[in-house]
Amino acid sequence: MTAMPKWADAILVPLISLLIAFVISGLVILAIGEDPVAAMKLMITGALGSTYGWGYTLYYATNFIFTGLAVSVAFQAGLFNIGGEGQATLGGLGVALACLFVPWPHWSLALIGAAGMAALFGAAWAAIPAYLQAKRGSHVVITTIMFNYIAAALMIYVLVTVLRPAGAMDTASARFDPALKLPRLGDILGLVGIPFNNRNPANISLLIAFVACVGVWLLMWRTRLGYQLRAFGKSEKASVYAGINPVRITMYAMLISGGLSGMMAINTVMGEAQRLLLNSVEGAGFIGIAVALMGRSHPVGVLLAAILFGFLYQGGAELALWTTIPRELIIVIQALVILFTGAMDNMVRKPVESLFLLLRKGKA
Amino acid sequence: MDFATLIQILDSTVRLATPLLFACLAGLFSERAGVFDIGLEGKMLASAFLAGSVAAVTGSVWLGVLAGIFASLLLSGVHGLASITFRGNQLISGVAINFLASGLTVLLGQKWFGLGGRTPALTGEGRFEAITLPFADAIAPLPIIGPIYAELISGHSVLVYLAIACVPASAWLLYRTRFGLRLRAVGENPAAVDTAGVSVIGIRYSAVAICGVLCGLAGAYLALGLAAGFGKEMTAGRGFIALAALIFAKWRPWYALGATMLFGFLEAVGNRFPSIDLGLFAIPSQFVQALPYIITVVILAGFIGKARPPSAGGEPYVKER
Repeated sequence: MTAMPKWADAILVPLISLLIAFVISGLVILAIGEDPVAAMKLMITGALGSTYGWGYTLYYATNFIFTGLAVSVAFQAGLFNIGGEGQATLGGLGVALACLFVPWPHWSLALIGAAGMAALFGAAWAAIPAYLQAKRGSHVVITTIMFNYIAAALMIYVLVTVLRPAGAMDTASARFDPALKLPRLGDILGLVGIPFNNRNPANISLLIAFVACVGVWLLMWRTRLGYQLRAFGKSEKASVYAGINPVRITMYAMLISGGLSGMMAINTVMGEAQRLLLNSVEGAGFIGIAVALMGRSHPVGVLLAAILFGFLYQGGAELALWTTIPRELIIVIQALVILFTGAMDNMVRKPVESLFLLLRKGKA
Repeated sequence: MDFATLIQILDSTVRLATPLLFACLAGLFSERAGVFDIGLEGKMLASAFLAGSVAAVTGSVWLGVLAGIFASLLLSGVHGLASITFRGNQLISGVAINFLASGLTVLLGQKWFGLGGRTPALTGEGRFEAITLPFADAIAPLPIIGPIYAELISGHSVLVYLAIACVPASAWLLYRTRFGLRLRAVGENPAAVDTAGVSVIGIRYSAVAICGVLCGLAGAYLALGLAAGFGKEMTAGRGFIALAALIFAKWRPWYALGATMLFGFLEAVGNRFPSIDLGLFAIPSQFVQALPYIITVVILAGFIGKARPPSAGGEPYVKER
């Protein structure tokens, strides 16, 4: 019997951890001589006070849903994929190749093709660390970190020497065909009569992210493969004894994870920039770790955590614009969320557990 | 490439390898005691920042070093608390520490100096001066030996010599003392150490503290020796290269010297030659920059000797009751 009811484990503990992280963030704001309450108000009006703000919040959230799901799938299988950054970088390359060199007749087909290429490239970048973990026992955390750096170097090389149009000064690819522009969220909501600001980068990729959430949920809790992934994550020994092939499961988990990370690129590269930029991922691969930890590796949790981080990102940008608080505040908040919901989980969990035990004893 | 160029490259190799060596030895102590540390990068960054700030304000390089070590120890404390006391995931804790340092350094730097995350440029007493070893001027005119002694061996800051001295010191501490034996045992089989009546928690905390001090020195050298002040994200992945060197070195102090010198050499070559023309084709500089990471992956794959990490690495120790 577990000490805590399920809701306490899934909701109460993360919420308390999150609260601690936010209180400390508030203290940090106080320490640099700003008013945390005013900062919070500014963040809320900036990110949620208008459909323009909401657009940016959802645009960022789209990235974090993909990377958060990516980290979650690997977590469920007991693997820590810290290489989302590199996989998303490669995903961007896949999107750019698909958009630059294939004459798509319509944006919808291009979107499907680009998403496929993004997933393929992301998965391919995760495949080598996965294979080395599965076959040669080299730790996936270290190899994925190394692959992040290799991806960054590869991207510089590709953009500087291969994809940069002749004569262009900035390290970016050529612009995609304007016909491949994805419909903005404002356009889509306008069709059903909801007025929504159109001067923000939120686009149809958000809907694909929702589909990905449902897909991951179906995969993890409604298929044989998902069951195997979760069993492998819970106990490697027991699952191998039950006939689950560890090499196969490690490969599947990392390939799905890499593919999801890569798909983030349809939002940034195809949905927003319309060309491949040098640092199109902008740390979203790492935020996926925080999102997955906070969302307890469940698609619903990931969705909510991604929107929260989207809010923090857009709110942080507004703060940097209107106050002297630099954007890096978000990195601090992100670090504290990872620390308290991830590494120091037991600090909150143990006291809450004892509290529930006490309550139960009191009843009996 | 002539002899003078080679000496220059080797000279900058030594300077670039120094922070890697400190950080690599730092990781070595922590991981040998069974505490994985991917937060080396963050600790170096925090140390570089505080060292640069304090040296800029006080004008004293040694106060800067102490401040750097303090910053790094503070983060080590967080890592210890999360991974030893609360038995959390050591990798996740390391990731959190990296972000914490990355964000806080800019936040505080902007608040204190308003230079967009930089600290003011250091001059004079605020920086480490090069030490000229005895007879350097007298030997310098000699062919071959002269430049090697006067330029390559002499003329570095004191932290460079300290880093190299740390190699035999670490080897002695790990392999010739009781503490070292216990530290290594805690990383391999903590239950056995516990049975012998030695505190696993105590040894692990000491290892994490040593790691903090060494990372602090690495960061301080970056801000006060290699550069003149702290710059945003100035560690630029060196913590991870040190981690790569640690694996390449198979968690051994003398090998760590070789591995960090190799990676320092790669960086020096990459700085000196933007791209290397081999006649038939040119090696792009990005490849040289990525080479430490590629080498590490190849080593991890077990194609060049097997690197075996400490058996109990990454696992919190739970006393049986």
